[in-house]
Amino acid sequence: MSENTRVVENATCTFCGCVCDDMVLTVDLEHKRITKAENACVLGKAWFREHGVEARPAALIGGREATVEDAIEEAAQILATARFPIIYGLSDTTCEAQRVAVSIGDMIGGTVDTTTSVCHGPSGIAFQGVGESTASLGEIKNRADMVVFWGGNPAEAHPRLFTRYAVTAKGLYTPNGRKDRTVVLVDVRRTASTPVADIFIQVKPRTDFEVLWALRALVRGRKVDPSIERRTGVSLAVLEDLVARMKSCRYGALLFGMGLTMNRGRHFNSGALLALATDLNEFAHWVAKPVRGHGNVTGADNVVSWQTGFPFGVNFSRGFPRFNPGEFTTVDTLSRGDADAALIIASDPASNFPKAAIEHLRHIPVITLDPKVTHTSQLARVAFTTATYGINVTGTVYRMDDVPITLRPAFDSPYPSDQEILTGIRDRVRALLGGNRLPPAVSLPGASA
Amino acid sequence: MGSSLRIINGRVYDPANGVDGAVRDICIRDGRIAADAPPDAKTIDARGMVVMPGGVDIHCHIAGPKVNLARKVQPEDHRRDVHPRTRFTRSGTGGTVPSTFATGYRYAALGYTAAMEAAVTPLGARHTLEELHDTPVIDKGFYVLVGNSVLLYRLLQEGRREEFRHALAWWLNATKAYAPKLVNPGGDELWKGQGHGNITRLDDKIGPFDLTPSTVIGAFIEAANELGLPHPVHIHCNNLGHSGNADTTLETMRIADGRRAHIAHIQFHSYGSVAGKSHDNPTSRARDIAEYINTHPNISADVGAVMFGRATIMTADAPAVYMLRQFGGAKWVNADTEHESGCGIIPFTYQDRVYTNALQWAIGLELFLLSDDPWRMVFSTDHPNGGSFTSYPRLIRLLMDREYRKEQMAVVNQKALEHSGLRDCQDREYSLYEIAIVTRAGPARLLGLASKGHLGVGADADVTIYEEDADKEKMFAAPRYVLKDGVVIIEDHEFRADHEGRVYHVAPDYDAGIEQVIEPFFDDYYTIQFRNYAVDDRYVPHGEVVPTMQQAAAAGAARP
Amino acid sequence: MPEVMTLIGGRSSKQGTSLCAGKLGAEYVDLTTTVEMNVEDMARLGLANNSRVRLRTPGGETVVRCKSRETKDLPPGVLFMAYGPASSELMASDTAASGMPISKNLEVEVEPVREDASPSGGVAG
Repeated sequence: MSENTRVVENATCTFCGCVCDDMVLTVDLEHKRITKAENACVLGKAWFREHGVEARPAALIGGREATVEDAIEEAAQILATARFPIIYGLSDTTCEAQRVAVSIGDMIGGTVDTTTSVCHGPSGIAFQGVGESTASLGEIKNRADMVVFWGGNPAEAHPRLFTRYAVTAKGLYTPNGRKDRTVVLVDVRRTASTPVADIFIQVKPRTDFEVLWALRALVRGRKVDPSIERRTGVSLAVLEDLVARMKSCRYGALLFGMGLTMNRGRHFNSGALLALATDLNEFAHWVAKPVRGHGNVTGADNVVSWQTGFPFGVNFSRGFPRFNPGEFTTVDTLSRGDADAALIIASDPASNFPKAAIEHLRHIPVITLDPKVTHTSQLARVAFTTATYGINVTGTVYRMDDVPITLRPAFDSPYPSDQEILTGIRDRVRALLGGNRLPPAVSLPGASA
Repeated sequence: MGSSLRIINGRVYDPANGVDGAVRDICIRDGRIAADAPPDAKTIDARGMVVMPGGVDIHCHIAGPKVNLARKVQPEDHRRDVHPRTRFTRSGTGGTVPSTFATGYRYAALGYTAAMEAAVTPLGARHTLEELHDTPVIDKGFYVLVGNSVLLYRLLQEGRREEFRHALAWWLNATKAYAPKLVNPGGDELWKGQGHGNITRLDDKIGPFDLTPSTVIGAFIEAANELGLPHPVHIHCNNLGHSGNADTTLETMRIADGRRAHIAHIQFHSYGSVAGKSHDNPTSRARDIAEYINTHPNISADVGAVMFGRATIMTADAPAVYMLRQFGGAKWVNADTEHESGCGIIPFTYQDRVYTNALQWAIGLELFLLSDDPWRMVFSTDHPNGGSFTSYPRLIRLLMDREYRKEQMAVVNQKALEHSGLRDCQDREYSLYEIAIVTRAGPARLLGLASKGHLGVGADADVTIYEEDADKEKMFAAPRYVLKDGVVIIEDHEFRADHEGRVYHVAPDYDAGIEQVIEPFFDDYYTIQFRNYAVDDRYVPHGEVVPTMQQAAAAGAARP
Repeated sequence: MPEVMTLIGGRSSKQGTSLCAGKLGAEYVDLTTTVEMNVEDMARLGLANNSRVRLRTPGGETVVRCKSRETKDLPPGVLFMAYGPASSELMASDTAASGMPISKNLEVEVEPVREDASPSGGVAG
């Protein structure tokens, strides 16, 4: 091994919510790139391979190269003078950076929202309504003898969910791995994940709620009309068989994807699934878990929750956190044309939001922090190039099951981290505003005495 | 921190130094209590006021994975109780599970300057420390859940006591915890693995292990004492909330057999039993429990009083919460942590007309009123399980003001009072001196925090100054001044400064060879790499290691 | 008359790997402007692999290329496309007060586009 090569063991892949921390990275220090990522899945391999250091300006203002200091000043001026600033993204950065971002939102009286609102936000809303029986992924690996995947395609989106945690993984009470489990997959179409299942249940699009509600009824011993098949494409016999298996297993897990949340029914679908898992606990130990997408979207949920009490879509304009999905969630705020400035961290809404929202982004000053050029950075007034979390910078990332892991970076980046840029912006905004901006006096709920 | 300060004319209650209401000056230099202060030091005139050390909460739930789930699940609770920002303090939301910033500021606003999070999964230690970092003003630490650890059970059942002790010490180091915590020892394996079973007797076999809760409890008490930890094993006994559980609690305390042990929220474990219509109803056995503790100086407890109103039940005792679900309404959270713990959460409201709730309220008061030694029966509501920490001023009034207490007794479920012994001890009133013991000096001593809970020279300058008032709830609800490490945080009831407190943790010595025993278990059964498990120093930027007895002795011997 | 079908937006392995290389890269653009369609539906509409189709919703429209899938994998009347700028064109911004726009199971009008026609409003060339 040359002296310009180093090996990083126990490194963590932050591409998806599996946050696998068993990577063995071979790093070419001279060319600042990762040449080999042992244990990584196909997505992880691409993640490590493609995050070298690209020769790009560290900052752009209005598309022109600028110093980081000038860009921080420009960003701070934008945020300090905006009347309805929004902060969005945050799922692909460290908790340390997320904490600073929320503090900026509090300071300027802006809105803080994360990619959760267009991912498992509806599951967060459902959680507020019905709670959740859940578990760390290791419980599923060690105990689960029945696993049901619903509305997701882990083989392509979370490849190691099957091998490391939930299907072939061997554990204390599942010494034979796959053989010790019944695996069920529910989806509207066959995918690369389908072959893993013992039972594949194909539901008609837009009928997940009906199928889940029928299962709840059957679990509780109620009658379900056979016409359910006409509506949903799933026969009563299939549902009854599934319920019998669910009630008689030892430890069951329901893992669900955005097939439920991005679909007709949204939080009702997630809520029905969470309630089904809760109901099943009368008969066997059952847990449910949304399968989360981006590397640290779960960290974003946690940070925003512990700092504000709410998981996403939080507005500080009245001097304290308010939560209102549909009002303070970013798709809505932008589509209505409300925001007058946007700080976008590690996210690319200009590539995946509805076009009315993207159109509004073109008309307001946008600040982006991203290791890559994105559709959003291309329309930004101020664009920072930042180091990649987990590859160039350390910090904390939460796995989809709320387990926090500390990152081990592979090589240095010439670019600053998100946390450094955000801290610079916050300090400058604080100086410009003379501390936290206070809203005009209003009467506060709970402060009547 | 550098500034000096002199507090004059106040009546000082400093039980650790035997000061009971004497008027004397308190001087501060460099964040600590000093013998004197320079002549130009700022002066606070505390005439007509009561001066106490800052409050120390020995058992509460304020940070970490389960707390954050409990926060997330109750948006309605936050909306009716917001916490606005100021020019220099962060905003947040309240309710029974406040956001981190609101938690720190609200503790400070009650005159509390330290609080210990009482139940953290080892896997959740990193998360907890991140939240504690965002919990301002107060000093803090946490107890780590080790009483259902699969690996520790394996070592125990193989009789590997030495390795068990080293592994426990390793775990305390790896998580940066302050003390080991047992919750319903043995219950998790049955709950997760055997169709929602639970332990009911201390001699029950624990699922697949050749162990009983008795053996487990004894082993932890022994190991913690051998390690010389500043706070002993913190025990949440089996059968929490069940009628007749006082026998289990007494049996647990007997296992200690003269060695130190702390029993958490003992109110929830002081129930007798009387035949009811469908099942046995609880009665009070506070007298038996108090009597045992009064006569056994190795045992300490915090009360875990119940206050009427909104609460959040959140505990690693998942089966107890599942049982409560039938009374608790719609939302239920359960969260299993691999090889380490269970967890249950439900929002809950204690109602004075409800037999069981009124009985729990009465038992909490009984335990205080029957205690002969306030240093060992200290103040808590098991926040937010028995009620929010914001209800502490009312609880203080209930202890100090018997007329107020009688008024409250008149409106609660009378049948419950009949099954408690509260009427037999209703004449006792706590003095300010005793309040200062149960809310600061006592918890600090039980925690082994030498610089906390008193105003002697060298102590941390954490000082609370209350305006005297006949209405003790009013008096304790809003101190006039609160100082943290000598910094005036609250002056004239208003926040004047922000502050970041310490994180206390222990680092007991262990044989590094134990990692060879632990690592293979991680390789086979955990989903996190062994080398990524231990929390590093970056998570405790204001960390302070409190030495074990052995470490303190060695440091003392090394000193010239 | 264009036919109405159900479009499922989603992720795929290749979308994920090409995403790492960059969203402006040719592979990502190609993947996110290709719609998967049932083989029978394609035959009926006279489409071959790589034929262009116009997808239209009340929110907008886009022109993409199509790729066939067997009936057992993708039922008739159902389309799949990886998320990207093209699928954004079709999403309505209404979230029904949830924060989440509907991005799966969109009802879309499907219409073949002659190869010599110029793209209209879409991102696929």
